[in-house]
Amino acid sequence: MAPLLEVQDLTTRFYTLDGIVHAVNGISYTVEEGDTLGIVGESGCGKSVSVLSVMGLIPEPPGKIAAGQVLYKGQDLLQLDRKQMERIRGKEIAMVFQDPMTSLNPVLTIGRQISESLIVHLGMGQEEARRRSVELLDMVGIPQAVDRYSDYPHQFSGGMRQRAMIAMALACSPNIFIADEPTTALDVTIQAQIIDLVKTLRDQLGMAVIWITHDLGIIAGLAEKVLVMYAGFFVERGSVDDIYGDPRHPYTLALLKSVPRVDRTSKERLAVISGLPPDLLGLPPGCPFAPRCTYAVEQCRKENPCLEPIGFGHEIACWVDVTTGRER
Amino acid sequence: MRGNQVLVKTESLKKHFPITRGIIFQQQVGSVRAVDGVTLHIYRGETLGLVGESGCGKTTAGCTILQLYRPTSGRVIFDGTDLTILKGEPLRDMRRRMQMIFQDPYASLNPRMTIARIISEPLRAHKLTSGKEQVDRVQELLRLVHLNPRFINRYPHEFSGGQRQRIGVARALASNPEFIVCDEPISALDVSIQAQIVNLLEDLQDKFGLTYMFIAHDLSMVRHICDRVAVMYLGKIVELAIKDELYDHPLHPYTQALMSAVPVPDPVVERERKRIILEGDVPSPIDPPPGCRFSTRCPVAREECFHQVPPWRDVGGDHFVACHED
Repeated sequence: MAPLLEVQDLTTRFYTLDGIVHAVNGISYTVEEGDTLGIVGESGCGKSVSVLSVMGLIPEPPGKIAAGQVLYKGQDLLQLDRKQMERIRGKEIAMVFQDPMTSLNPVLTIGRQISESLIVHLGMGQEEARRRSVELLDMVGIPQAVDRYSDYPHQFSGGMRQRAMIAMALACSPNIFIADEPTTALDVTIQAQIIDLVKTLRDQLGMAVIWITHDLGIIAGLAEKVLVMYAGFFVERGSVDDIYGDPRHPYTLALLKSVPRVDRTSKERLAVISGLPPDLLGLPPGCPFAPRCTYAVEQCRKENPCLEPIGFGHEIACWVDVTTGRER
Repeated sequence: MRGNQVLVKTESLKKHFPITRGIIFQQQVGSVRAVDGVTLHIYRGETLGLVGESGCGKTTAGCTILQLYRPTSGRVIFDGTDLTILKGEPLRDMRRRMQMIFQDPYASLNPRMTIARIISEPLRAHKLTSGKEQVDRVQELLRLVHLNPRFINRYPHEFSGGQRQRIGVARALASNPEFIVCDEPISALDVSIQAQIVNLLEDLQDKFGLTYMFIAHDLSMVRHICDRVAVMYLGKIVELAIKDELYDHPLHPYTQALMSAVPVPDPVVERERKRIILEGDVPSPIDPPPGCRFSTRCPVAREECFHQVPPWRDVGGDHFVACHED
């Protein structure tokens, strides 16, 4: 059977006045039913663009999906026209964005914004959509959902807005739920509420989750499979235990060492990744991480390595074996 | 590093912002109790962490200690001098000795000033140096924060976020301060850049014997950089202890919930961890709950918690907590 979502060789570029931004450079992954996939990387590494491409939300121009396929249940989403895509987006695949302040329409009530997708996608009547919306608000833990239905976004706190966004995304029981840093703007206590909520709903509704974040901690407790992204490439892929227990790409290794842990005390200095994240306008030849990499050898500056398996379900894109420091 | 000499001390420090109604005859109809009775002390040479959720008054507390806001009541004693009664020239003299590093390196540097002017501003304000000497000092400061001294005539937009934050650090160091309030200095930066700034702050502390108050919501980073940590909730400090004591044996239910909410980058640990999920949001500081401020969200609240303000108790070993629970 074909996987639920299969992304093949996805390449997204932006044509700007300064030149071509290579935001996503030929990434491939699959998502099965009930999977939880974590995509980790720093800002500007192409995480958001990669999922916006899947959702067909890249503004063209300046953006362009230069190559690749996005197969949802065997159907290539990139070939669909706007009308067809609108039927999938929100109904089959739903997304929650980073900033709940700007992704809600300030002049429409929360209830109206949730019931909209019910009316459009499921053909519900006003009254039925209203009833269902209240249920959804209740499900995501908004107190007094009946009264809050007619509130405007500014009357909600940041955490409640993000809950409303989740309610909106879940309105049509999507098969895939994409979360693009949904908790970055929130406090840790509210973040814990939201993650707890998504986990419960995932287990109840059996949907697949793609969670994008720069916080390595969130992924550790949530995902089963992890993709580490750098400069629009996947540099390491594996199960959550592989990535955290046995990281093999120098970038993953450095990232894990550069964050302190709340559960233990350290007297050591934090490990630093020297230099800056690369400019996607002009990537260096060879491995994009090579200029900042402590393991880099001659080969790294010449040719960009591809993802290659090093264990069951564990792949890295690196010329060097970090356990020995020598070329593989 | 840390001595036993107290450098900064606050005594029931309060900062209330008035809420007014009316255009010509403004009437005060309420107040936002941003900081509501904060008592703490900071030893010379240490780093005190101040943590809490957004809107709990961390930044206001920092600004009030530095007299950027004049307090509504309470005292701030800096090296034996009460700052709250100082005005004019004597206050300016004290201000030279304390500085601030701001959260957002994109908003805290004037885009129309060159780096030289930004960094030398404290030097000019306090009439410390001028002319050639000033240029030398700016270059020296740039070297201290690991930036190229030839950058002095560039503008902020030519720098990345991490570099800008280094400029912010250089400006704070310009007047040779003893005490620096770091207001979320790394939260706007990328993960790989955060470690660079934290290491820089630690190096500068060792070199100049600086005292930091480190305001943050990233509890993992606070555990790394701080000596003691104060937890703030809705304008009040609820717990204060040496960091390992606080992280390993938190006593206040709010501290416990806060610690448990921080994810750990280790799937093995994460599977075993128990989260205390707090319900709802932080109440409004305009009309805070009577009794214990945390009582509305506290999982173990009792009858008295809703009526009586819990006392600030010393539980021994430099560990203080404000909770009715023993």
